[in-house]
Amino acid sequence: MSILTVSNLTKQFGGLVAVNSVDITVEKGSITAVIGPNGAGKTTFFNLITGVYQPDKGNVQLGSTSLIGKKPHDIARQGIARTFQNIRLFSNITVLENVMVGLHKQLRAGLVGTLFQTKTVREEEKRAQEEAYHWLEYVGLAKHLNEDAQNLSYGAQRRLEIARALATKPKLLLLDEPAAGMNPRETRELTEFIHRMREDLDVTIILIEHDMKLVMEISEQIFVLDHGEKIAEGKPAEIRNNVKVIEAYLGKSAVTPA
Amino acid sequence: MHKLTNKLKGNKLAQIILLVLYVLVTSLSLYLAQASVTAFLLLLFSLLLLYYTELPDRLKWVIAGVVLIGVIPFVSSTGPGYQSYMEVATVVGIYVAMALGLNIVVGLAGLLDLGFVAFFAIGAYTYGIFATGQAANFMPFGDFPLSGESFWIFILIGCFVAALFGVLLGIPVLRVKGDYLAIVTLGFGEIIRIVFNNLDKPVNITNGAMGLASVKPPEIFGYQFVYPNQFYFIVLAILLFVILAVRRFEYSKIGRSWKAVRENEIAAQSMGIHLVRTKLLAFAIGASFSGMMGVVFAAKQTFVDPTSFTLLESITILVMVILGGMGSVPGVILGAAVITILNLQVLTEVTNYLNQLSLNGVISFPEALAPAKMQRFIFGAILIVFAIYRPQGLIPAKNPVFDEESLKEGSKKHRKDQITVEPDKGFQA
Repeated sequence: MSILTVSNLTKQFGGLVAVNSVDITVEKGSITAVIGPNGAGKTTFFNLITGVYQPDKGNVQLGSTSLIGKKPHDIARQGIARTFQNIRLFSNITVLENVMVGLHKQLRAGLVGTLFQTKTVREEEKRAQEEAYHWLEYVGLAKHLNEDAQNLSYGAQRRLEIARALATKPKLLLLDEPAAGMNPRETRELTEFIHRMREDLDVTIILIEHDMKLVMEISEQIFVLDHGEKIAEGKPAEIRNNVKVIEAYLGKSAVTPA
Repeated sequence: MHKLTNKLKGNKLAQIILLVLYVLVTSLSLYLAQASVTAFLLLLFSLLLLYYTELPDRLKWVIAGVVLIGVIPFVSSTGPGYQSYMEVATVVGIYVAMALGLNIVVGLAGLLDLGFVAFFAIGAYTYGIFATGQAANFMPFGDFPLSGESFWIFILIGCFVAALFGVLLGIPVLRVKGDYLAIVTLGFGEIIRIVFNNLDKPVNITNGAMGLASVKPPEIFGYQFVYPNQFYFIVLAILLFVILAVRRFEYSKIGRSWKAVRENEIAAQSMGIHLVRTKLLAFAIGASFSGMMGVVFAAKQTFVDPTSFTLLESITILVMVILGGMGSVPGVILGAAVITILNLQVLTEVTNYLNQLSLNGVISFPEALAPAKMQRFIFGAILIVFAIYRPQGLIPAKNPVFDEESLKEGSKKHRKDQITVEPDKGFQA
């Protein structure tokens, strides 16, 4: 069963076609990678799915609901969460509060309830703190709960972004270069962690990544973008030997010996 | 000095004794040496000392209540300076409430607002128009001016009308960010003032530049509020509500969404936060505090005209927030108190003193440096010094500290129905 169906998706910035009639189908519960050289349109693709940009043409469907025309917060409420290539944490609030923001859409506290600190609101707040702490434990950041997010190390910030995204209880999780800036050991641990998330949380994962070892190891399906167009799709083994892909990464001369 | 503070740390009894002693000494000196501004300021300063003691929060509130409700009005009540002290304290209270309102918009939600005084004006005119004969010019029914008893309802009405205008301002303004937002809000502040200045024709609603005179004083069961010492208690009551509200909002889902929007709009949205609603709420709540105090201001002055609501006022309120510490409730309270007292008391005293000196021929000032002109200069210099040496504010904002042990206990509940977590295994960088 497919959870995400993207058809004929197109986005232009002035004269530049950033994403050009891309069709992609993602199976529920799968791990999918989107790869491609720099400037291929991968992050734009994520931004189109999450509503940061509106596409010029085409359709994006989560399950049976179309996401076209929806605002980012609506799409988050539909069950899509993401992390960002250039980490976007709430730097000046604590690690725990960062995750609590992820719980935002599950909390019911209103203006009046907050003002009078009703029992329901107080209990809900307490529950939210506990649940946020639970997610911190899950990514191994529990002992940093009271630190400002900006004071975490780079790898820890990436993990915090994932914890925050998981707190929204997503059906579909988009990871934008989760291994960027990580050393080989951290990358290996991340690989395991992504597997574990899928097992534990029943979540479908799409990731953009440049680390080919990670991509080949982890993904069941790979889409390759180049200049905004999908040039290949398939299993890791197929992609590895795809002529077009090698050409996109290494240039024509790599495939046609002089 | 360091030794002394170290010794005091952890010793709550000593802290209480010292604090009580301090309050006693300053009260006594104010009681005996009436019209001593220094004693009055030192007595107010006790509240800051109280903030830095390590007493339980509840006790702090009680002590603050005793000082504000009992000690200050009582010890200053015997002398000729009584009303002027109470006037200062009342004005401080009004500004504190406004600064706390602006703090929500600027400090928590990160929306720079340079026209904040507009909401104060709206509150003031809301009461001013109906508590004078003015409303009879355009209202087809009703008997104006309304009696002073309506004041209490008008606090609420002023609150809602200001909130409404907060939303009205917010809707067009939310498309712009940062510097542009500042310019648009600045324009809004000026527009409101100019509208009030010119809304005397075709229908005379605000009485234009003439202003609204003899606004009815508040009244309850035949008891009229006319003097500053009476308004002091009204302001104190509203201020208490405002502080309570701000603190509760700050550490709630709403406050977190404000901070999230301030820190990163795109990430906030991707967490399901409704950007427009969150910003509008910040504008509305911030404005509502200002609106309430506007009503009080109109009743206290018994006169409202557009000159009370200039850009300089907006800037002053913003300075209170920035000087005190953006996003920090105690900081903003202190900032508002410091700036107001500086403007009303200290700088005027200094000017008077210098004037006296030059009159007596001790020193002579050239025309360009006349003491009255120096007042703004000194004020500006103080701001620059603070901006350089304490950019984070007098009392910087603090994040809440969560109790890890209790959360660890609580989070086990979530494990059962979801997943097994082994905190030390797996994803550890």
